Amino acid sequence: MSFAERTAIIGVGETDYVRGSEQSPTELMLEASRLAVADAGLQLTEIDGLIPPPGFSTAEELAANLGIEDLRYSTTHHQGGASPTASLQSAAMALCHGTAKHVLLPLGWNGYSALRPKPGTRRRGFGGGGANALLTTLRDYYAPYGATAPVQWYAWIAMRHKQLYRIPDEATGAVAIACRKHAQHNPRALMRGRPLDMEAYLASRWISTPFRLFDCCLETDGAAAVVLTTSERARDLPHRPVVVMGGAEGHPYPADDIPSRPDPFRIGLSFAAPKAFEMAGVQPHDVDFLCVYDCFTYVVLLQLEALGMCKRGEAADFVRDGAIELGGRYPLNPHGGLLSQAHVWGMNHIVEAVRQLRGDAGPAQVEGAELGVVTGWGDFGDGSLVVLRR
Amino acid sequence: MAEAVRIPKPTPQPEDLNAEFYGWCAKGELRFQRCGDCRRWRHLPRVMCAACGSTRWTWEGSSGRGVVFSFTVTHQAMHPAFADDVPYAVVVVELEEGVRLVSGLRGLAPEQLALDLPVEVEFEPVSDEIALPYFRPRPA
Repeated sequence: MSFAERTAIIGVGETDYVRGSEQSPTELMLEASRLAVADAGLQLTEIDGLIPPPGFSTAEELAANLGIEDLRYSTTHHQGGASPTASLQSAAMALCHGTAKHVLLPLGWNGYSALRPKPGTRRRGFGGGGANALLTTLRDYYAPYGATAPVQWYAWIAMRHKQLYRIPDEATGAVAIACRKHAQHNPRALMRGRPLDMEAYLASRWISTPFRLFDCCLETDGAAAVVLTTSERARDLPHRPVVVMGGAEGHPYPADDIPSRPDPFRIGLSFAAPKAFEMAGVQPHDVDFLCVYDCFTYVVLLQLEALGMCKRGEAADFVRDGAIELGGRYPLNPHGGLLSQAHVWGMNHIVEAVRQLRGDAGPAQVEGAELGVVTGWGDFGDGSLVVLRR
Repeated sequence: MAEAVRIPKPTPQPEDLNAEFYGWCAKGELRFQRCGDCRRWRHLPRVMCAACGSTRWTWEGSSGRGVVFSFTVTHQAMHPAFADDVPYAVVVVELEEGVRLVSGLRGLAPEQLALDLPVEVEFEPVSDEIALPYFRPRPA
């Protein structure tokens, strides 16, 4: 039994996105949650399902603060940045099964200030992640060589792809520039007022090859949240429902080690995308816009190929000539993405897709947007996606 | 004036099978698990052969020869202990036995790295218990 078309996103909420917040991740998530539930036209006591991120808080702590007395369903995904989109799948399954009636998905962290505690403020640890198989791999096999961060792990996939398929630097530049251009429309974007062109992109310093500074996303404090219910129930609520047409999660094999994969470019999304599009009954090329998890520019190129937007090795052609900019055929991350709006684990991508499909996206509105896709990427290349329709 | 505190580099803290892998490294031997039934090589160490389900294995010696499968050259250290090493390379090596592992590069400037560069293993002790395998260029 598929959950296709049987559930909908009915509410969205976001805090301000900042670099340096006095609020804890729990406080940030509570604020975004209240906004999302109010946007859905619901009372907090009507929420009976909760899917928080791995770490930062717990379902119990959030429910206690929100006054959710009868929490009938809670779970947490351990897929890093692929968790929010994968959580939509779990929410849809719980709703279809009647386990819960209104499911809340909050995501918040102090991704900037946890690493830079201000003198005199309460020092807070990072507090994210939770128990995870990849931590052992990292500790025993990657970190001793100085590969301590995602920019280095993902570089192994990107560098081989770049050299085998002769991907020019301008392809990743096109992703960085599209997101930066879109952020100029968005008052919630941290990079608003700071435009970027190809010359400046190519001149930016190396972090870890093939990633330059402007290939890397922002570090952000903030939270976003969404609420789902059944499509039937959604018809009685204030906003035009955004229907979950299909969704899936996927894991590269093996998920806990990058080098030993038989096919290094078969990422989590490669497994998930065909299932989600089949469930939705649409083709990748039918979508009107793309919200692709953009922790790094090259990760977007890998996902465009895994989604089926283009063949393997052809992502550079796909992103050329403004095709992924507003006004092009496949506008990418009209809110600015993790690269230029804020890094809230892609929950902001889901919020943006909902705004686009409601027709509420302001100057970044994709004209006639009816169908969109949102992807997630996390840990060592886990993936997830949803296909959404208005 | 206080001396600057030197932040140590992270070292493996291996347990169970990972400790067995590093136990061989400490003796200057690069060994990987090989299935006792279907004879497939594997790395990372695991308790079961993913190909045939066998829980029998032996640790068998690698030739120590391989090629660079992928790499990154880090210019901004993401951990303070590596700040003095930049730019440094972290490589993925594919051994002749077919297994791949993450390692470091010796004996070559990072900007000269290329896919399929032939390399061979050497060991560097980092503590009394742990020696890390590194790779340097070899004649093809």
